[in-house]
Amino acid sequence: MSERALRSAVLASALLVLGAASSTVTITLPPDNVQFKPGPGVDLATANCATCHSAAYIYVQPPLNRTQWTAEVTKMKKAYGAPIADADIAPIVDYLLTQNGRP
Amino acid sequence: MTLARLDFLIGAASAAAATTVDLPFANGVRPLAAYPQKRDLIVLTPRPPLLETPFRIFNDGVLTPNDAFYVRWHLAGIPTTVDGATHQIKIHGSVKRPLSLSVEDLRTQFERVEIIAVNQCSGNSRGLFSPRVPGGQWDNGAMGNARWTGARLLDVLAKAGLEDSAVQIRFRGLDQPLLDATPPFVKALSIGDLDENMLIAYEMNGKPLPLLNGYPVRLVVPGWYATYWMKMLAQIEAIDTVDDNFWMKTAYRIPDTPGNTVTPTDSGYPTIPINKLTVRSFITNLTSGQTIAPGTQTIRGIAFDSGKGIRHVDFSSDGGANWRKATLGEDHGNFSFRRWESRFTAERGASYVLACRATTKDGETQTAIPVWNPGGYLRNVIETYEVRVA
Repeated sequence: MSERALRSAVLASALLVLGAASSTVTITLPPDNVQFKPGPGVDLATANCATCHSAAYIYVQPPLNRTQWTAEVTKMKKAYGAPIADADIAPIVDYLLTQNGRP
Repeated sequence: MTLARLDFLIGAASAAAATTVDLPFANGVRPLAAYPQKRDLIVLTPRPPLLETPFRIFNDGVLTPNDAFYVRWHLAGIPTTVDGATHQIKIHGSVKRPLSLSVEDLRTQFERVEIIAVNQCSGNSRGLFSPRVPGGQWDNGAMGNARWTGARLLDVLAKAGLEDSAVQIRFRGLDQPLLDATPPFVKALSIGDLDENMLIAYEMNGKPLPLLNGYPVRLVVPGWYATYWMKMLAQIEAIDTVDDNFWMKTAYRIPDTPGNTVTPTDSGYPTIPINKLTVRSFITNLTSGQTIAPGTQTIRGIAFDSGKGIRHVDFSSDGGANWRKATLGEDHGNFSFRRWESRFTAERGASYVLACRATTKDGETQTAIPVWNPGGYLRNVIETYEVRVA
């Protein structure tokens, strides 16, 4: 969305809020512009992670080691129900280590 | 307060219209952006939106403006259109009279109650943990203080009539998981922990809540971490067992150890759901690393706790070797930020480590050693600020 469109959405929302204490409020969230960066495994990461959340979730973490990234990917599968094939966990972790990893 | 002095102190930081900020930890560069109904906030993640309040805003007044209030959602399925006229809050489960209430019902059938209370994310300041832990990498701005207006949760529950078998109340909002397999975001409070301060709030600082803060109603749980303050509250369910959903049983757990602290190599300790806020205090009119002018300087800040109230705030200009009592500002109730100020004389060419330490009315205070736990919760170390005088 352009900045102008975003401002319009904000303005529209604000007007609705001012109009009445209980009324319909509509917002337009800005687009998620954070992309997974190119590298081996980027397609797997995009397909498995970006369904539910921005790639920013990876890049804002402190650099994590293999154990930590494996725990994160496993949590996404087991706790949050992400349909990650078991065979894809290791290549996704490899990719995440190239993006924001540490030994 | 003297705005001129404030400008003087923070002018360097605010003069440029920055498009990014660099928070004081690795991978801390963040864009600033104005989301709907919000001014420029620090974007931790865009989807779901996690937006942090720039810390200098806490110097502007005791209440955090709605458009500056931080935002935190767990699941990206956030309704972007909400009709406050038709929204219903269903009270069901182990109750004698199941109810469905509109916002108007809350306004007209129940006493209108106001409370000023701090809402602080459980993970506030997680980015400052050492060693670092995974999770939402907030600096200190995942908190805010607002005047909340609404109906008492206990009054609504009384109207429904709890069954004797009920042990917890479970809350759910309108947000939805994107996958069927993802646990919906629900939180529960034990009936013994409920009190008259807890509200179903339809106003925030006298206005409708911003959608991203839970329009049209959110649960207000003064003194408790914000994970319990359910946004877009839609369901209140009395349940007969302790809730064992993911968000209570697995997530948002703290070590049940002295001080809720452990070391990174500890394991096997018991855990409990995160619950009440720890006592904290901050300086709000300068940032660490700043250069200040010589002469008498007024230092201003905030303090808060879980609702015991702030007894005193101590200020130090020598890294905590010596302390003096700060002057407390107006008392807005035990659940609010309490403003404070102190003075010290800054000598040209010198460097100082400023520090502040709050103590509650029941004697809880801050220490110089930070807690550590793998969730990155409960940080309340004595904050220090290095300043140079030139």
